Amino acid sequence: MEHYINLFIKAVFIENLALSFFLGMCTFLAVSKKVTTSLGLGIAVIFVLGVAVPVNNVVYHAILAPGALEWLGYPDADLSFLKFLTFIGVIAALVQILEMTLDKFFPPLYNALGIFLPLITVNCAIFGAVAFMVERNYNFTESVVFGIGSGVGWALAIVALAGLREKMKYADIPDGLRGLGITFITVGLMGLGFMSFSGISL
Amino acid sequence: MANAKEMKEVLFAPVFANNPIALQVLGICSALAVTSSLKNALIMSIALTLVTAFSSLFISMIRNHIPSSVRIIVQMTIIASLVIVVDQTLQAFVYATAKELSVFVGLIITNCIVMGRAEAYAMKTPPLMSFIDGIGNGLGYSVVLLTVAFIRELFGKGTLFDVEILPLVSEGGFYQPMGLLILPPSSFFIIGLFIWVLRTYKKDQVEKA
Repeated sequence: MEHYINLFIKAVFIENLALSFFLGMCTFLAVSKKVTTSLGLGIAVIFVLGVAVPVNNVVYHAILAPGALEWLGYPDADLSFLKFLTFIGVIAALVQILEMTLDKFFPPLYNALGIFLPLITVNCAIFGAVAFMVERNYNFTESVVFGIGSGVGWALAIVALAGLREKMKYADIPDGLRGLGITFITVGLMGLGFMSFSGISL
Repeated sequence: MANAKEMKEVLFAPVFANNPIALQVLGICSALAVTSSLKNALIMSIALTLVTAFSSLFISMIRNHIPSSVRIIVQMTIIASLVIVVDQTLQAFVYATAKELSVFVGLIITNCIVMGRAEAYAMKTPPLMSFIDGIGNGLGYSVVLLTVAFIRELFGKGTLFDVEILPLVSEGGFYQPMGLLILPPSSFFIIGLFIWVLRTYKKDQVEKA
């Protein structure tokens, strides 16, 4: 159990996807103007990461990993070179299914998250987390914890940034730095803040 | 058929006038993580430029045969196949660097520049121009990436391409390295300042208050 808590804390704070690996930056910068919208996007990302990482974990270990096709009678097959193509397909399909399920069974949730779901297919954070899961050889339970943890970390970062940007509207910023420039610098400072968690280990 | 002047315009406009990273905020996901050394940044730039150029070329070639309802999937498949080729090539020839770039080569697939050019330009333009547009945008990305990597490696470690330029104090030289520049957040500061410089020079890019 302690191992999983440790993994969760690490995924949320120390190895925050947005601030220490720069994943999902495009949406991170574009959708962080208002706290409410960024909260919606953040929850959608937690949701998709929590589903996509474990599903891809199963797909990888059952089909793609070297020797995984033994149950079909091909113990020498190594399909791991197909992993990028498979993951992106699985993520796109998952988001589509999620969108349809939400629309059918949970309309209020769909109305809140619906517009963000298509955006998430091309969000580097999802793909990056899946790629990290393979690279670090997580097992199924670890991948669930890692998926949700990194989603929470990303959501936390985008909501915090949106809060800062809302306040920043009242600041007098030099012309050239206004908008994008100052946002980058703010994100850098937030990154430094999150780095102070790096001493934590349970 | 496009003439030479138009081609030059398409090739060089994205480098400064319409830089995809600094002005359109595209493709910075991978741009920052690989900039701690100039060598990694160079390899990443070459990889991304090739993927953008060839994906634009192939998508443009079949643009009249793609049904619009499945176009995103077709684009994704072409891009992902190209990235697999790049990844396998890197692992075969420069294994150590491929390990350092880790997941970021794979992340070219979700890089907004590649998808953005495929969707916005290659879907409506003939192959040759799309190819040039791909190279142009790749170069625009490379300029930012290499500038950031140059600053980070030179002042953070005192080296360029692992060759010593500024001798470090710890090895009897004069230069005290800036530890901050090795850390990930420094690339945000550098890009922020880069945008500032670019927008001071090009007033029309300044955002409204």
